[in-house]
Amino acid sequence: MTELSSLFQGFAVALTGYNIVLMFVGIVLGVLIGVLPGLGGANGVAILLPLTFTMPPTSAIIMLSCIYWGALFGGAITSILFNIPGEPWSVATTFDGYPLAQQGRAGEALTAAFTASFVGAFVAVLMITFLAPLVAKFALKFGPPEFFAVYMLTFFSFVGMGKGSPFKTLAAMMLGFALAAVGLDTVTGQLRLTFGSTELMRGFDFLVAVIGLFGIGEILLTMEEGLAFKGQSARIDGKVVLETWKKLPRYGMTMLRSCLIGCWMGITPGGATPASFMAYGVAKRASRDGEKFGTGQLEGVIAPETGAHAAGTSALLPMLALGIPGSPTAAVLLGGLLVWGLQPGPLLFVEQKDFVWGLIASMYLGNIAGLIVVLTSVPLFAAILRIPFSIIAPVIIVICAIGSYTVHGAMLDVWLMLLFGVVGYVFKKLNYPLAPMVLALVLGDKAEDSFRQSMLFSEGSLAIFWSNWLVGSIATLAIVMLFWPLLSATMRRIRSGRVEPFEPGQAG
Amino acid sequence: MSDPEEGSVPPRRGPSVALMEVITAAVLFAVGAVVIYDSQRLGSGWGSDGPQSGYFPFYIGLTLCLSAAAIALRALSGGLRAGETFIDGGQLRQILSVLVPATIYVGLIHLLGIYVASALYIAVFMVWLGRYDIARAVAVSLGVGVFFFLMFEKWFAVPLPKGPLERMLGF
Repeated sequence: MTELSSLFQGFAVALTGYNIVLMFVGIVLGVLIGVLPGLGGANGVAILLPLTFTMPPTSAIIMLSCIYWGALFGGAITSILFNIPGEPWSVATTFDGYPLAQQGRAGEALTAAFTASFVGAFVAVLMITFLAPLVAKFALKFGPPEFFAVYMLTFFSFVGMGKGSPFKTLAAMMLGFALAAVGLDTVTGQLRLTFGSTELMRGFDFLVAVIGLFGIGEILLTMEEGLAFKGQSARIDGKVVLETWKKLPRYGMTMLRSCLIGCWMGITPGGATPASFMAYGVAKRASRDGEKFGTGQLEGVIAPETGAHAAGTSALLPMLALGIPGSPTAAVLLGGLLVWGLQPGPLLFVEQKDFVWGLIASMYLGNIAGLIVVLTSVPLFAAILRIPFSIIAPVIIVICAIGSYTVHGAMLDVWLMLLFGVVGYVFKKLNYPLAPMVLALVLGDKAEDSFRQSMLFSEGSLAIFWSNWLVGSIATLAIVMLFWPLLSATMRRIRSGRVEPFEPGQAG
Repeated sequence: MSDPEEGSVPPRRGPSVALMEVITAAVLFAVGAVVIYDSQRLGSGWGSDGPQSGYFPFYIGLTLCLSAAAIALRALSGGLRAGETFIDGGQLRQILSVLVPATIYVGLIHLLGIYVASALYIAVFMVWLGRYDIARAVAVSLGVGVFFFLMFEKWFAVPLPKGPLERMLGF
């Protein structure tokens, strides 16, 4: 049980007065970000990242990850009270959450959602505690071909598990890789795709892309709907909390199932959003009250929230252990680690023990802090949503502009942010997935390096990706993922009429 | 995504989703072509010391072009005018009412510095789109501007672009 002793050392690192204050600040900021339209986990963390550069890395990552937990919690508030998902992963929460609020049971729905989120996160953190060191130890044996195979698996999983057109997933991903290639090629020292512009030599920073795609893009979408917030009010007092908690054990199986779905979807880069939908769908099929889903079932709030939070949390496992983030927000956190000079990946567990275990310990503490904050301060955050959009929108655009500028201190980045905003808007309307694009932008250089090194070993032969059982099985799984849409369509055609087609990704 | 309720809504006029699909795919194809062109310029083959600079990007560009072509073909198969409307006039006006001032705002940052430009932008947005009275708009925008100034210049010591006003005040 070396993990346990490491974890206790981690608690010692995380439990300083300064860090606990940062934890609460992070949670409050995070919930705020989760509640406000146009600000979400990924771009919220991206904007605040430069402000943490002066802090010690462990404190900074604790605050940033707490912003992430806060954003995960916050999404549920708008879904339940306003029928507006504050975050994409809380869309499924609106299905039963809003009807509950309309019946005057908002307090109950919120308590259930927060508690379910907490349980989901807790299970995921437990899994990280025991699984991440093993994965990291295993990955120490990885060479460039293995790493490239894992990158392939990561990216092709988007194609295999995505809901939309596989070509759009591929196109979005390739656009990300293309943008990542812009600038100085560190291996040969040549300039790529800069076309003589000195400003472009820096390349495209993914933080700017994230702020534009998710921030400005979201504001444009909200604006188009001519949104006016009309919500239900909510009060949570001790009595409601206790009464709801008494009902929860009944839904233990639902929670467990959703946790498993969430953990799986988080480690593979399915992400929190599909996890929430899948958890909702599975709960609906398995529940005795399945046909009543959508009319205000507590179980219909619990399932997606547990799934989303479990996925959102376990997305940090591959980020820490392999250096491959499972979600855009995890990608931003990874960007932060690189800025602090920490190289995420298997060596992190050997070289930066204090940092890793401090972070993992802070995940436990952060989620407890989160649960306390959201249960006590819902009315406050709901009041923020009553501030008219015509004040919130320009302030958020100003925040996004400042956030983009601070990344490199360059005005070009602010213009790029606007451009990415338009791209994000068009992509969202046409159902191009943004997550693979962001991950490709972040991982582009590293994926290319591992590919080049593999090619150097094998002198240009792709057979190196099948040169031993380990790399071979990862690469084969990746190829299966890439062709999964084709495979599942064929399988569906074969057994059409007999069984209802199952959600893709389940079997992967 | 959001599907508008059928029935009572008057027919929306504007470019169809299919048309936008084709335009977007065309832009992506062009990006892919640029990547391929630049990879060829740098050399996308095998150099004396291993893969050349364009080796990896070449396949990226190629895949981008192929996916874009597949997307465009699929959109074209249903006809360009058929299907849902991508955006109607009213929505476009809403979008532009955010986008155009935001563009002017970023332009103004060059001239006035970020704090003054931000305050102006928020005030104009509130009066113009939110129909607030000028006093309240000025109060909110000044408050936000001063808050950000203190936060970045004083507390976090992250310098942001400053303009003539800040210079006049001696920063």
